[in-house]
Amino acid sequence: MAGLPPSVPPRKSLGNIRRAFAPWANPAARPLVTFEGVTKRFGGVTAVDDLTLAIYPGEFFALLGPSGCGKTTLMRMLAGFETPDSGRIAIDGQDLAGIPPYRRPTNMMFQSYALFPHMSVEDNIAYGLRQEGQPRTEIARRVAEMLALVKLEGLGRRRPDQLSGGQRQRVALARALAKRPKVLLLDEPLGALDRKLREATQYELMDLQSELGLTFVMVTHDQDEAMALADRIAVMSGGRIAQVAPPEVIYENPATRFVAEFVGDVNLVEGTITEASEAFVSIRTAPEGLVIIADPPPGLHPGAAVTVALRPEKVAITHAEPPQAVNKLAGEIWDIGYLGDFTMFQVKVGGEGGPLFKVALANRTRRVERPLAWDDRVWLSWDAEAGILLAG
Amino acid sequence: MAVPRRLLRLFVVGPPLLWLGLFFLLPFAIVLRIALSDSAPALPPYAPHWEGWSRLGAFLAALDGETFAVILADSLYLDALLSSLRLAALATLLALLVGFPLAYAMASAPRRWQTALVVLVILPFWTSFLIRVYAWIAILRPEGVLNLVLLRLGVISEPLRILNTEAAVLIGLVYSYLPFMVLPVYAALERLDRSLIEAAADLGAPPLRRLLTVTIPLAKPGILAGAFLVFVPAVGEFVVPDLLGGPDTLMIGKVLWTDFFSNRDWPLASAVAVLLLLLLVGPILFFQRLAKGAAA
Ligand SMILES: Nc1ncnc2c1ncn2[C@@H]1O[C@H](COP(=O)(O)OP(=O)(O)OP(=O)(O)O)[C@@H](O)[C@H]1O
Ligand SMILES: [Mg+2]
Repeated sequence: MAGLPPSVPPRKSLGNIRRAFAPWANPAARPLVTFEGVTKRFGGVTAVDDLTLAIYPGEFFALLGPSGCGKTTLMRMLAGFETPDSGRIAIDGQDLAGIPPYRRPTNMMFQSYALFPHMSVEDNIAYGLRQEGQPRTEIARRVAEMLALVKLEGLGRRRPDQLSGGQRQRVALARALAKRPKVLLLDEPLGALDRKLREATQYELMDLQSELGLTFVMVTHDQDEAMALADRIAVMSGGRIAQVAPPEVIYENPATRFVAEFVGDVNLVEGTITEASEAFVSIRTAPEGLVIIADPPPGLHPGAAVTVALRPEKVAITHAEPPQAVNKLAGEIWDIGYLGDFTMFQVKVGGEGGPLFKVALANRTRRVERPLAWDDRVWLSWDAEAGILLAG
Repeated sequence: MAVPRRLLRLFVVGPPLLWLGLFFLLPFAIVLRIALSDSAPALPPYAPHWEGWSRLGAFLAALDGETFAVILADSLYLDALLSSLRLAALATLLALLVGFPLAYAMASAPRRWQTALVVLVILPFWTSFLIRVYAWIAILRPEGVLNLVLLRLGVISEPLRILNTEAAVLIGLVYSYLPFMVLPVYAALERLDRSLIEAAADLGAPPLRRLLTVTIPLAKPGILAGAFLVFVPAVGEFVVPDLLGGPDTLMIGKVLWTDFFSNRDWPLASAVAVLLLLLLVGPILFFQRLAKGAAA
């Protein structure tokens, strides 16, 4: 313990508990929030397109996707600020159609924070509780509790414009949490924070969520954030959901080419299956004629067009030809990007005009001179299980 | 080439100061001079005491504030003043009650309509103020449009007597000064961040609560500006009480007019004007204090 710098927050020991939390895999589990065939159009734009989704009680659910893919619209429909053109949204089995925002069991932390500028921090946090008509003493107690929770004790009397951006964001979080909503909606909650504060707040969010046992739905642009926080991630594209799965599944087993490309770095190689057996499939890439061996996916037969997705860190890079590798390709280093924790190599495979492969190599020593240099001839190799086969 | 800062500042501050001096301070000094004169059967009908700095001694010796004494002694002036303040305050309140919903509707209208709506609000200014007030006579008369409609509809059985009452004066004042209420309130509401209203709804506030706890407090600077713009000119209003009011409608603007043109007592009328101006400094400071509080 003594050796660790104090600013590093302890990694959550919840790893195992989280792994056991998988209500979506249990057919008997009752979802808390359900979207059924929900569509929302703005004029000619279809912001959300026939979307079906279930979110379970106690889940930390992240929405990830490119700008304009409908994340905010999805949240705003759940909060009641937009009405779906068709489809059904329910919380706890209750259809939300016709229920105004002020009678929904959701609270939202706005992307712009939307703090009331004419009220003190305390009054902002107390606002929701006052609407419930709670007794004065109870409100005061809850406000104090919330201020302590977001570590803003002593700032209760200030106006929002007397706070820093990070403090404002905490007030917004406290205000949204004060009513203990069944579902807390967070629209890019940490967007305005610097990286350090952001990481610290991420852990706080996680702690809060497991402490209070609430259900969080969070929009984010930051895939690391989604990976770190969420039980499941929904990757959206063009108003539809491309894949909903736990972070490790999204990363290691992307369902589509879009998901593979959107989350993390990836090498994509297109080809055709030439041979398929119980043990492996063999793929021949289109113009270059490279042969790639991969684990056999279900339902793909010889002749089928596939894309092989290969994460950069799954590929080994060596000067010497690896004798036993299932997949090996000779190439030449075109570019080296030093990124601190790892180095990203761009390797041209199969001579002039061949594809560029990204290969990530963890920097496990502090040596600055690396044995691999520009224009070196190298070998890339990877296991059969490393390549992800995607249809098309 | 560096222009000295002081010179630059003079260029910026100079024109408005010159304007104020030329069109406010100088006329005020002239009115004050008349107010401190004696009424006389001459042309113009007063004998000035103030005849320049050289005769300062004589001026101070003759200074009796006679006109002001007359005003303070005659309860007519005090009554007219109080009645003016009361009517102006009522008109301001009514203008707010009518203007706020109007401004709110304008600010909530689709963006592409808003410019057109603002133009509609100021459209009446294209016709003469006098003609518009005259038009109200035609509406409010016993045999006027309003009574005709109400009689036809069976709401009333005999014509209402509105014209030449205080009610008519109030209607006229509210009508005339409504745009001055609507425009600043609209500007404040239009600037209001929609997400604040959504946040209030999200936290459980139904529409009326949102209005009272978020919309109105945030529109307060606009409301105060509107109240100020209606109240101050309404206090001194002459045309509306003269055309729509009755013999018992007492407003200081009308008293002033009578003193000036009918009685031809310029010094007295000028003294009334000076007193009115000084009295309005109070409300002006009050509104300013409120606005400062709202802005902070
Ligand atoms: N009020 C609106 N009027 C018209 N179009 C809208 C409206 N709100 C959203 N849209 C459109 O709907 C689509 C989805 O918007 P949305 O705000 O949900 O995207 P998003 O995924 O939240 O994007 P970002 O990551 O940039 O916040 C976009 O094409 C957007 O232009
Ligand atoms: Mg968004």
